[in-house]
Amino acid sequence: MKKLFVPLAVIVAAMFVAAPIAIARADYESTMLLVQKIFYFHFATWMALTVAIGVCGVASVIYLFKGSKAADWYAAASAELCVIFGVFGLFSGSLWGRKAWGVWWQWDARVTMATMLVLVFLGYLMVRKYGGPGSEKLSAAMGIFGAATAPFVYKSVDWWRTIHPQTTVMKTLGEKWPGAWMLVWFCSLAFILLTVLLLVARVHLEAMRSRLDDMYLAAEE
Amino acid sequence: MISSLIVAVLQQIPEGFERVTGGQQVEQIPAAPLVVASYAFFLLLMVFYLWTIWRRIGKVETDMRALEQRQGQKR
Amino acid sequence: MRPGFVTVALLVLKKDLAIEFKSREIVYTTLFFAVACVMIFSFAFVMEEGVPVEGAAAGILWIAVAFSGTLALGRTFERERYSETLRALLLAPASRAAVYAGKLLGMILMMAATEIVLTPMVAFFFHAPFFARPLLLVALLGLGTVGFASVGTLFAAMLVRTRTRDVLLPILLYPITIPVIIAGVRGTAALLQSPPEEPVATLWIGLLTAFDVVFLTLALWTFEPLMTE
Repeated sequence: MKKLFVPLAVIVAAMFVAAPIAIARADYESTMLLVQKIFYFHFATWMALTVAIGVCGVASVIYLFKGSKAADWYAAASAELCVIFGVFGLFSGSLWGRKAWGVWWQWDARVTMATMLVLVFLGYLMVRKYGGPGSEKLSAAMGIFGAATAPFVYKSVDWWRTIHPQTTVMKTLGEKWPGAWMLVWFCSLAFILLTVLLLVARVHLEAMRSRLDDMYLAAEE
Repeated sequence: MISSLIVAVLQQIPEGFERVTGGQQVEQIPAAPLVVASYAFFLLLMVFYLWTIWRRIGKVETDMRALEQRQGQKR
Repeated sequence: MRPGFVTVALLVLKKDLAIEFKSREIVYTTLFFAVACVMIFSFAFVMEEGVPVEGAAAGILWIAVAFSGTLALGRTFERERYSETLRALLLAPASRAAVYAGKLLGMILMMAATEIVLTPMVAFFFHAPFFARPLLLVALLGLGTVGFASVGTLFAAMLVRTRTRDVLLPILLYPITIPVIIAGVRGTAALLQSPPEEPVATLWIGLLTAFDVVFLTLALWTFEPLMTE
């Protein structure tokens, strides 16, 4: 794991240097013009969030049922990433909406559900911090329930015709505008690799904390 | 003099709606600041998060070294 | 011989009901709190001419249900914690999931009692024709209550030993139950239109059912490992 870190960091850095250049060069979208360019990172961040939520959900289940400490580290690390990427997703969406919809905020189905997800994982972090001993299990419950509601967030925009673009946008983009489609998936890949990178770094912190706890326990003997 | 002033003012009040032919349509909400803000916020967020990880790792390392020192002193 | 799942659940329910009937403490205090909630909303949402804000009734009903439900959850498990009966329950030779089911049933009954009082009250104060389609309304309230209570009972039980349980329960419960509340409010609001929008309400009922199935399954599955030390 450690040996891959530096090469991965280099790749991610390169992708994040290339991405803005490619985005700036990309064609304008017909109705939204310049502001549509927020989409490339906006979609990518939700991809990263999906990965983070998946990791958190699975890790929480493993921790709850198998008691694996490493699973708990991954759950805690990915929950933080959920919050970070979720906040950016909401922020970028808000800026885009300001131009495309005219308002900074809209209580449409997907925006509401996405906000809820960020709140759930904020709750995860709260309970870990303020829950006292045994809070790892409590947070695992939050992780599981949060991950379970994620598919509803994805589908919400299909079930209710609201102001938010639907999932068909991405499905048809490949045929209609391959340049944008490739760019979106490039950015998404960059974000997902970034997620992996941050996850590794964050889990390393948790592992160190755990070692410190063991040292304290050994010192008391 | 007052009358010429009044005439000048009256001439500037449009009679009705005027059509602008050709010319660029000015956008009401400028998009560029929004796009720039979005990407800048992402950069700031990443830098901030990496900084918090680095800071927390530093704290753990300090605690570890302090503990090792105490262990060394005990022996 | 180990008693069956349903037997245990009903036994736990009977125990809770028996305790509650003696003092009626939780029922009365929760009901009064719910009424106070609605009163505050009345003052907040009724405009100067004495006419309530349009479309506020559905939201007010569900908020009052959610707030009083949270209170009842806290009180019920506080009582368990105080008498240390929860540990005894968990030590009993019975499936943990059955204990959860029994507590859940008690919670649902408690919330139902509150809703029976609240719904006519909100209808009265906010001129809201809740009873135009009573069956759909009961379905909405019932399914919403099950969804809310299923997550609430799990979280309240798992927080019982936590020092900051009183403030953590809302922090954890409300975000997870946002979909349930939204579905409930939108469905109820659809029923309040004239004429009541039945297909919309049915759509939300379907969604509530999906949430209930997911949440109940997850809760039954995770109750045991969560309550084990």
